[in-house]
Amino acid sequence: MSRDFDAIIIGSGPGGSTAAEVLTAAGLSVLIFERGRNHLIDLDNPATLPQRFSNDEIKYMSRHFLGPDPWAEPRTFRTSVADGDRQLIGEVNNLPATVGGGGVHADGKLPRFREDDFSVESELGPVEGASITDWPVSYDEMEPYYAEAERLIGVSGLAGANPLAAWRSGEYPMPPGPAMYGSLVTSAAASKLGYHPYPAPTGVNSVAYDGRPACNNCGFCAYFGCPIHAKGDPVAPLRRALLTGRAQLRPQSHVSSILISNGKATGVEWIDAHGEHHLEHAERIVVACGAMETPRLLLLSGLTNTLIGRNVMFHMQTFVFGIMPFRVHGHIGRSVTHVHDDHILVDDAARAAAAQAGLPWIKGGLVEHCSPSHLIAEARQYPWGPQHKIMMRESPMRDRLLGFCMQGDDLPQLTNTVDLDPAVTDVWGLPVARTTYQLHTHELIASRHHGARLAEIMKEAGAERILTATSPKTTGDLATSHSEISQVPISRHVAGTARFGTDPSSSACDPWGRLWEAPNVMIADSSLFPTGSGYGPTLTLVALSLRNSRAFAA
Amino acid sequence: MPAFLTPSQYSILQAVCARLVPADAAPDAAEMGAADYIDTFLGAFSFTPPRIWAGGPFSGRFGGDSSFSDFEELSPAEELAWRTRIEGSLGIPERERLGPVTGLQETYTRGLAELGEEFLGLDPAAQDDRLAAAGDFTGLVYGHVCEGLYGAPEYGGNRDLAGWNYLNYKGDVQPRGYTDAEVSGA
Repeated sequence: MSRDFDAIIIGSGPGGSTAAEVLTAAGLSVLIFERGRNHLIDLDNPATLPQRFSNDEIKYMSRHFLGPDPWAEPRTFRTSVADGDRQLIGEVNNLPATVGGGGVHADGKLPRFREDDFSVESELGPVEGASITDWPVSYDEMEPYYAEAERLIGVSGLAGANPLAAWRSGEYPMPPGPAMYGSLVTSAAASKLGYHPYPAPTGVNSVAYDGRPACNNCGFCAYFGCPIHAKGDPVAPLRRALLTGRAQLRPQSHVSSILISNGKATGVEWIDAHGEHHLEHAERIVVACGAMETPRLLLLSGLTNTLIGRNVMFHMQTFVFGIMPFRVHGHIGRSVTHVHDDHILVDDAARAAAAQAGLPWIKGGLVEHCSPSHLIAEARQYPWGPQHKIMMRESPMRDRLLGFCMQGDDLPQLTNTVDLDPAVTDVWGLPVARTTYQLHTHELIASRHHGARLAEIMKEAGAERILTATSPKTTGDLATSHSEISQVPISRHVAGTARFGTDPSSSACDPWGRLWEAPNVMIADSSLFPTGSGYGPTLTLVALSLRNSRAFAA
Repeated sequence: MPAFLTPSQYSILQAVCARLVPADAAPDAAEMGAADYIDTFLGAFSFTPPRIWAGGPFSGRFGGDSSFSDFEELSPAEELAWRTRIEGSLGIPERERLGPVTGLQETYTRGLAELGEEFLGLDPAAQDDRLAAAGDFTGLVYGHVCEGLYGAPEYGGNRDLAGWNYLNYKGDVQPRGYTDAEVSGA
C-alpha cells in the first residue's frame, strides 16, 4: 500500500497544529485534514499571512461562517436516557470547523492549570457519582511544555500578578495589553473585597510578535477570526509546519473513519467537498478533532474501549451581570482583560457550603471580567416598538453592562457521554455525535456559592441592578435566581471523552495520549483530560500535544 | 426592485418594519433599510455569489481596501444548507435528511399574506395589535430587523449607516481599531 506521508493529522486546531509543528520538525512528512474551510493561511505561500476575517456580526454570529453549519453537520443532545433518543438536533458546543479550529474564534485567554488540577483525587479526594482520577502527568513535568506553548502561540501576561498561580519558570513572552475600562472597575471592586484580579493571560499580541502585529482593540474578538493576525490562533505552528515543506494541509476534507486492523491503524477514509470518498495511508495517526468529534470518529472507526465518549465535561458557567450607572464601552478592546481565580480554592467557606449539600468539597473556576460588545445580540433582547430605540440608546444590556463569567469546574461522570446518534446523520450520511449530559450536584452548589460572592463584588462595583444566570440552566430545589438559558451547556470548553491514564481498564489512552487499542493513534486534544479544572483547556492541550507528539515522533 | 418579495409584499414588510422600530429623532426601521436587508436575505441565491457571507477583511470605512461587497462562494454542502433554510426542503430528498423544512421564503410569504394589504390602511395602534397577535412571525421578523439595522450595510440594511450613527457606534473599525487610551479611559 502506498504511503505518501509518515503521519496523518485529523484536525487543524491548536492540538493538531502543534502536533504538525512537532512532527515536521522531527523530519516526518504529515498530511493535515481539516473538515472546514481555510481562511487562515496561504497554502501555496505560507510565509505570507492572508487577511480574510472581518468585523461582521451577521457573518459570524448569525450565519455560521466559521462552521459547522447546524443543519449540515448537527449534533444532538439529551439530559439522560429517560429523554428518549434525543431532545434536540442542531447546535451543541459548536467549536469552529475551520482551519485553525477553536483557536480562530476564541478570544485567547490561555491560563495554565494549577498544580492540584493534575491530582484532584489525591489532593481533594473522591466525590460520589463522579469518576475523578489523577492525571498520569504532574504540573512539574508539564511546566516546560507550558512555557514552550506560551512562546509558540504568543501569550501576553504578567508573571507574579496572580498569587494563586502555579509556579512558572519565566516571564510571559509579552506584557499584558491595555486594560478595558470596565475590567478596571470590576477589578478594583474585587480587590477591595479581598480577591486577586490580574491581567488575563491572553494569546493576543500586545506588541508585535513572531511576524504578526499587536492587537488594535477592534472589539470583534470572541467568536470572530482576527482580521490582522494579532491572535495566537494556530496560524503560527501551522505556518512553521508548512514552511518545512514536509506538511500538506487539506481543507474541506472530512475524515469519516480511521482504518484499523489487528490493533494498528493503517490510514483513513475521507470525503472531499463534493462527497467523493478517498483513502490515505500512514504509519501514524493523530486525532485532534475536539472532545466531541474525536470520540465520534473513534466510534465510527469501530474502536470499542468503554471509556471512549464517557466523562464528557463542559464548564458550568455562572454569569453575574451588573447594570451600571455609567457607560463601559465593552465593544472597545479584546473582550476580556482581567480575571480572578479565588473561587478555585477549596477554602473553609467552600467546604462549609459543600458539607451542607453532603459533598466533601466544591470548586469553582476562573472568573472572567467581561462586558458584551455587539449590537444585534443586544437589540434582540429588547422589545419591539417605541421602546426599542430608547433601550438601544440607554443600553442597559450592553454599554452599561459589566459581567462576571465563572468557568466552573465540571466533575467527570461516567453517565455523561458522547456517542453516535442512532438515527440522525450529517450531510455526508454519517451518524452525528450525541451528547447525554447532566450536571452533578457539585456544579450546582459551587455555582450558587460562588455566584453569591460574585454578586457582592458587582454590588461593590456600583451596579444599579444585578442579574444572574447559568449555563446549563439550573432547575428544581437547587435553582437560584438564575434565568433559564438552556439545558445544553453553551461553554465551548469540552474535555474528557478519551481520558488518558496508567491503567487500560480505566482509560482510553496511555500516559502519552496513544490509544491502548491502537497505539499508533495519538489523541491531541482535550479528550485526554481525566478532570476538567476551572480553567480553559487550550493551553493545557497544546502543552500536552507538544509533550506527547515528541514521544510519538520518536 | 426587490430581490425576492413582490412589490405588494415589500410594501407590507416596510409597514411592519416601521412599527417594530418606529421613528423618533432617528428614522424608522424601514427607512433604515431593514426590509431591504430581509429581502436581500430571502433572495440571496438570486445573486452570484449568493449574499450569505460578505467578504473581508475590511469594509473600507476605516481604511484599507473595501472588500465586504465581494461575497464568499459557498461549498456544495454550504449551499445545500442555506438553500434548505431559505427556500425550504420542497420535497427534495437531500434537503429532507432531518425532515421537511419550511423555508424562510414560505414563512415570509405566508406571514405577509396573513397581514394582507389591509395592514397598510390601519392606524398605528391597530397595526401594533395585529403584530402582537402574529407573535411567532413578528418575532422572526424582529430578529431579522435587528440584523438589518445593526449589521454591515453590505447585506442590504443599515442604510447610510443609520443604525450605527444614531447610537454613535462606529461599527467595523478594522484596520484602524481603537487606541489604548480609548480602551482604558472612562
